[in-house]
Amino acid sequence: MAKAFFRGGVHPEYYKEITSTLAIIEMPLPQKVVLPLQQHIGAPCELLSQMDKSDVAKIEKGTRVKVGQKIADSEGFVSAPIHATVSGTVTDVGPHNHPLGQQIQAVTIESDGEDAWCENIEPKGDLEALSAEQLRSIIREAGIVGLGGATFPAHVKLSPPPEKPIDTVIINGAECEPYLTADHRIMLEYPDEILFGLKIMIKALGAETGIIAIEDNKPDALRVMERVVSQEENISLVPLHTKYPQGAEKMLIYVITGRTVPAGGLPLDVGIVNHNVGTAVAMARAVRKGRPLIERVLTVTGRGVNDPANLLVRVGTLVSDVLDFCGGLKESTLKLIVGGPMMGLAQPNADVPVIKGTSGILALTEEDFYIAESSPCIRCAKCIDTCPVQLMPTSIARAAEHGLFEQAEKYYALDCFECGCCSYVCPSKIQLTQWIKVAKAEIMKRKKK
Amino acid sequence: MIGIPASSKLVVSSSPHIRSVESVQSIMFDVMIALFPAALMAVLLFGYRALLTMVIAVVTAMLVEALWLRKKDIISDGSAAVTGLLLAMTLPPASSWWLIVIGSASAIIIGKQVFGGIGYNIFNPALVGRAILVMSWGERMAGAIWPVPQPFDFGADVSTITTATVLVDQSQALAVGLPQMFIGNIAGSLGETSSLALLLGGIWLLYKGHIDFRIPAGFIGTVFILGLVFGGGFYENHLLTGFFHIVSGGVMLGAIFMATDMVTTPVTPKGRLIFGIGCGLITILIRLWGVLPEGVTFGILLMNAVTPIIDNFTVPQQFGGVKKNA
Repeated sequence: MAKAFFRGGVHPEYYKEITSTLAIIEMPLPQKVVLPLQQHIGAPCELLSQMDKSDVAKIEKGTRVKVGQKIADSEGFVSAPIHATVSGTVTDVGPHNHPLGQQIQAVTIESDGEDAWCENIEPKGDLEALSAEQLRSIIREAGIVGLGGATFPAHVKLSPPPEKPIDTVIINGAECEPYLTADHRIMLEYPDEILFGLKIMIKALGAETGIIAIEDNKPDALRVMERVVSQEENISLVPLHTKYPQGAEKMLIYVITGRTVPAGGLPLDVGIVNHNVGTAVAMARAVRKGRPLIERVLTVTGRGVNDPANLLVRVGTLVSDVLDFCGGLKESTLKLIVGGPMMGLAQPNADVPVIKGTSGILALTEEDFYIAESSPCIRCAKCIDTCPVQLMPTSIARAAEHGLFEQAEKYYALDCFECGCCSYVCPSKIQLTQWIKVAKAEIMKRKKK
Repeated sequence: MIGIPASSKLVVSSSPHIRSVESVQSIMFDVMIALFPAALMAVLLFGYRALLTMVIAVVTAMLVEALWLRKKDIISDGSAAVTGLLLAMTLPPASSWWLIVIGSASAIIIGKQVFGGIGYNIFNPALVGRAILVMSWGERMAGAIWPVPQPFDFGADVSTITTATVLVDQSQALAVGLPQMFIGNIAGSLGETSSLALLLGGIWLLYKGHIDFRIPAGFIGTVFILGLVFGGGFYENHLLTGFFHIVSGGVMLGAIFMATDMVTTPVTPKGRLIFGIGCGLITILIRLWGVLPEGVTFGILLMNAVTPIIDNFTVPQQFGGVKKNA
């Protein structure tokens, strides 16, 4: 049974109107791209030349590559290969700034400006004729990961264990993060590819039904998708109430189907797989055109950006180049964020590449946020009332602050998915989410010992 | 790079990067707004003496806190003013100035600051102040003689005409009638008599999300049911006895404003319901079988004391979690 609401959540200012009416622009080819060897959750990739495969081209400084050419891969199942996103010459292989805040091994390619595509890129044939196994292999080889931001390798979610049959595939078009409109534009501009991507998933999983879910603050996207799915018997459209974090998979599944994903479990435990709209488009292109994931749509927005836009950008383009294309940043910019304002990562500089999971670049000014000094907790319990997974953020944070990590774990710290609602509502401006992240990291570290 | 501020200017901190505008100060301001109907009613019923009592209590609380913290900002987060006003609400309408000052100063110092200030106190500060006054000057605080309201007469000195409260002399209740009691036209502490005004404030706090309905519902519901069952049969209709118990004395004031004090009440949803029910239970026990005519103050203070235990035993199950069998 569908539910009207999930418990908790917040209603921040959305600021989607800054970019929601701007059509997706294809950004001109960058002069160079930086491709980190880890752009997904799971095993990091290794350069093909190091993988001891004699039949592949060695990737090293000076190697010439073409668009779509695979340059790195991993033996691990939970991983996704990396492809060259421009044609040109490899100029560097070494550590580079990564949006996650670390230095990570990356391949730098200087573009020759020709955009010459790899020869082996060709349509994979009719969806009817492809088997589930073939589809999974195409998607894996295309390097597709969850484009909503979680970057979980897409083929893994299409390979559930046989004892866990999947009946429903949900396409997530909630886009509940404030400011971001990339998914919104994708739904308006690539609706047929979303539908095709969904059909690929249904086929690969042997599922019965497909659902496309969109928050009701995007009525135009709902209308467009309604038109597209109206001919389909087993696919339906579900409008969602606008509330953050409506797009979190556990909340989404609960609201649409009434099923509760068990704590520590996955959607496939309740017979569901869900993917972001952008991921569906990437799958459609991988099958129809044979194209690996070399580009993505992202939103460049916020008061600090001179010309906000929704852009189609090659993966690996430097954030600084994207910002240059958008007229640069205003002097008043105080925070540069990769992702949205609730879960995105603040960057110390713009010398980081766009990776597969980059859904937006956000520049906030002093008007948008303030650095408040936190005051003592007044036990108002607003963080508890607002937590979508029913945790006690204030208790976890206090335990973490005092180094009591066993206690933090007893308060279910590991079930937190870091949506940020607790910090958002806290009237004492305590960095609850940050403390919970500290607790989670410490608990995981101790478990590994 | 053109147009990109120097990296030294960029702030790097953990997500989320936006915050709600709500602050401790804005919450305290909302509580003041919620108390406005009851304060206005107090002035309409008891005239200038009520206004004077509130002013002395609020100013004393703010000054004492600023002095204690050695801060020049006497408004600060507004919590001292709220404590002062809440204490005033529990005082007899014609209290002596020194009684008010002692009560208000004790509320701030003994009720709050000795524990470490806002967020750290165990007991509701206003009720600590009131409890100290009740224990020290029982006759003045909970005696048999109470001023009679003089509606719409601002200049009246209400201390001259007195009566007994309905809780002490139940024949009064029959004479005044429940509708007048609901509006507040009865003898009592200056802010507790008008259930109507208090309920208006409660609706505002619920709307703003500052109180959980479970506490007032548990509190008032328990008093109603136990009052109805054990409250003596001086109304033919026992339902009316139940109503009598919730509109008389400090139940409404306590349930809506005192038992919902954020700092001193449980943080879990289940805990808050237990807390409300516990307050109602103790209130009725004291009212019907205790030495004091009224039990709201000590009902809430006793439940404050067990709040940490309640919190510990009512940790909510996480989303998708399964209860572990002990």
